[in-house]
Amino acid sequence: MPRVVVHVMPKPEILDPQGKAVAAALPRLGFEGISSVRQGKRFELEVEGEVTDEVLASLREAATTLLSNPVIEDVIALEVEDSAAEGQA
Amino acid sequence: MRIGVVTFPGTLDDRDALRAVRLAGGEPVALWHGEDDLQDVDAIVLPGGFSYGDYLRAGAISRFAPVMDKVVDAAQGGMPVLGICNGFQVLCETHLLPGAMIKNAHRSFICRDQPLRVENVRTAWTADYQQDQVIRVPLKNQDGQYVADERTLDELEGEGRVVFRYAAGATHGPAGFESNPNGSRHDIAGVTNAAGNVVGLMPHPEHAVEAGFGPDEPGAGTRTGTDGLSMFTSVLRSLVA
Repeated sequence: MPRVVVHVMPKPEILDPQGKAVAAALPRLGFEGISSVRQGKRFELEVEGEVTDEVLASLREAATTLLSNPVIEDVIALEVEDSAAEGQA
Repeated sequence: MRIGVVTFPGTLDDRDALRAVRLAGGEPVALWHGEDDLQDVDAIVLPGGFSYGDYLRAGAISRFAPVMDKVVDAAQGGMPVLGICNGFQVLCETHLLPGAMIKNAHRSFICRDQPLRVENVRTAWTADYQQDQVIRVPLKNQDGQYVADERTLDELEGEGRVVFRYAAGATHGPAGFESNPNGSRHDIAGVTNAAGNVVGLMPHPEHAVEAGFGPDEPGAGTRTGTDGLSMFTSVLRSLVA
């Protein structure tokens, strides 16, 4: 069954409090040299049947209406994966 | 006058909002998220809480609840709609109000009595306040930081659509957040749409409607604590006018 992965990130101009919290914790654990962290979301959508252009367009719409809020977030990418092939590897 | 209060799964403050409507002299009407029936109400309150668990984003899933299509239609037709806290987040997700709320800049949940300056008394929900009156109502949230792009902020400021702004005088809070409790742009606590019938704010007027149960004034003891009641009397008066 094919899988579509949607990546959503906070817009660059929006302060990311969660990313800042992670960035502050890294040096405390000894992970040096990381100047900033931004935290986003990854959605894995299992799709019934083939991922046609039409299906992808509808998922793109879902990504911009429900999965993200265009006021504060950008949909960075929609990637089509074949989860069955991944399982065999 | 019938004022509806919508309950979503995870709503917390619907009972207090219904009570505030009653204490202001209106007829409270409980509305259910799963029914697309507004029961002939004259105005609507979307109360606070964590609707649908606030999974995905605060207010994001509630926006698509069956009742919301009717709420959006009614709001666009001029019906007074008030969103409090999570209700404000829902109104932003529906794009009835501009901007969005993200996690507080200090990343902590904050709960305190919050002074607010009322900067627009021309809305359906604020007509009973004085211009620039400072009121004190409870504030309690995790995702309360109001953000919008510069163009939107300029538009809000230019058109006088900032209704409530955070003011100094809170009793406690994280360092750097004595006045503005969450890092909101331009200290914005509440905004209205262009028509003035839809208002959203993060603090809770419905928790400050009864004498003896409202916020204290530092150094001056307990106040009457009814600063929030005027929001509900305002809308009743605007509906009669």
